Amino acid sequence: MQFSVIIGRLLESFVLNCEIFIITLAFGLPLGLIIAFGSMSRFKPLSWLVKIFVWIIRGTPLMLQVIVVFYVPGLLWGWRSFGRLEAAIIAFIINYACYFSEIYRGGIESIPRGQYEAGQVLGMTKTQIFFKITLLQVIKRITPPMGNEVITLVKDTSLARIIANKEIIMMAQEYSAKGLIWPLFSTAIFFLVFVGVLTIILGRLERRLDFFR
Amino acid sequence: MPVLEVINLQKNFGNLEVLKGIDFSLEKGEALSIIGSSGSGKTTLLRCLNFLERPDAGRILINGETIFDADDPSTLSESEIRKKRLHFGLVFQDFNLFPQYTALQNVILAPELLARSRADYNSNKKAILNEIDNEARRLLAQMGLTDKLGYYPHQLSGGQKQRVAIARALAMGPDILCFDEPTSALDPELTGEVLKVIRSLADKNTTMIIVTHEMQFARELSNRVIFMDDGLVVEQGSPKEVFGNPKEERTKQFLSRYNN
Repeated sequence: MQFSVIIGRLLESFVLNCEIFIITLAFGLPLGLIIAFGSMSRFKPLSWLVKIFVWIIRGTPLMLQVIVVFYVPGLLWGWRSFGRLEAAIIAFIINYACYFSEIYRGGIESIPRGQYEAGQVLGMTKTQIFFKITLLQVIKRITPPMGNEVITLVKDTSLARIIANKEIIMMAQEYSAKGLIWPLFSTAIFFLVFVGVLTIILGRLERRLDFFR
Repeated sequence: MPVLEVINLQKNFGNLEVLKGIDFSLEKGEALSIIGSSGSGKTTLLRCLNFLERPDAGRILINGETIFDADDPSTLSESEIRKKRLHFGLVFQDFNLFPQYTALQNVILAPELLARSRADYNSNKKAILNEIDNEARRLLAQMGLTDKLGYYPHQLSGGQKQRVAIARALAMGPDILCFDEPTSALDPELTGEVLKVIRSLADKNTTMIIVTHEMQFARELSNRVIFMDDGLVVEQGSPKEVFGNPKEERTKQFLSRYNN
């Protein structure tokens, strides 16, 4: 009886991890592309600004960023603070968008010049070249590193507990505080299953893109 | 009237003068070979004609109309250049096929995108796309690739890739087809099939500019030959004149390396 109740509670709290995961990806993936274009901009002040921003975000702990987003607007400017979940998700989106942006940038820069030039001499516009020629080649190249990042995100979602978001680890810790230790260890199963499913999906995506080289 | 006139074309990369004032013209239906050692500016000249590099000085005229003038900013805008560059087609040394498209799709892609800007595109879409598809199949058949339409570039040999690239360039209906060392990236046993295709184009009086190291080929195929050295046209004339009886010392030196 107690076992199934506890597993049920853990599962409920894991929904929060899943929410953070999905929303971070939904906003972080497109935002990362925008940041990537910023850092590749030929307008130097913009590219420097973006690069410094990416350096700060990648150079500080995500846990700290979550805290900053939650407390600093209120402390510094007296704003109404974000909700706990909002704050965590905002920090996650910004943090992951910066990592994604570097992966995008690497992918885009790895496409040979000749591909752009072939599009140009055939009279294509820059937009057409990006969407019709470059994009799929970039996606193929960045799928493995993106997969790594996405898998890391699954586990990072538990950092949201630092501002008292009741995700799965926090829930399990409540049991261990009462002297019941196994729920904490059992959280590993949830992460393993989730990552297992992701690994299968990512593998399929890679195989779907195997038709060209 | 010549189809192409190039007047005093100059190009610098920083302090390096790559083209120091190139003048030549090309008649419709002519095949022009450009020969010369590496670093003489041949490839840069082709890239300037295709607007992959922007010349620092000089003019380019097509059928008497100025399409590029380094001193006239109105000829330099990106949308202008995109229209004007379609007078030229370019076949690259290393093919640059789009890997995610089949041979047929590689040929169709650009004409389809271009057709979208036609006024009658929406009303006539099916007929237009059909026509593009038929033309692409016809060109690939002409290249001897009928059985490779559905193949992706990585499934093709170098010679086959280059023939797809030639079909792709022809599909845009350029006035002048440019080849940038089209066989240099190929194994020796594959150069023949590409040269054969280029020769068949010459037989149909396709207007062409060919940058090449294949001297025998240039001699047999072209109506005219230009020898470039150090950013200048040193000598030009019929293949008989340039290969058989070169006047300039530089030309003799260059050719002697091939003849021995």
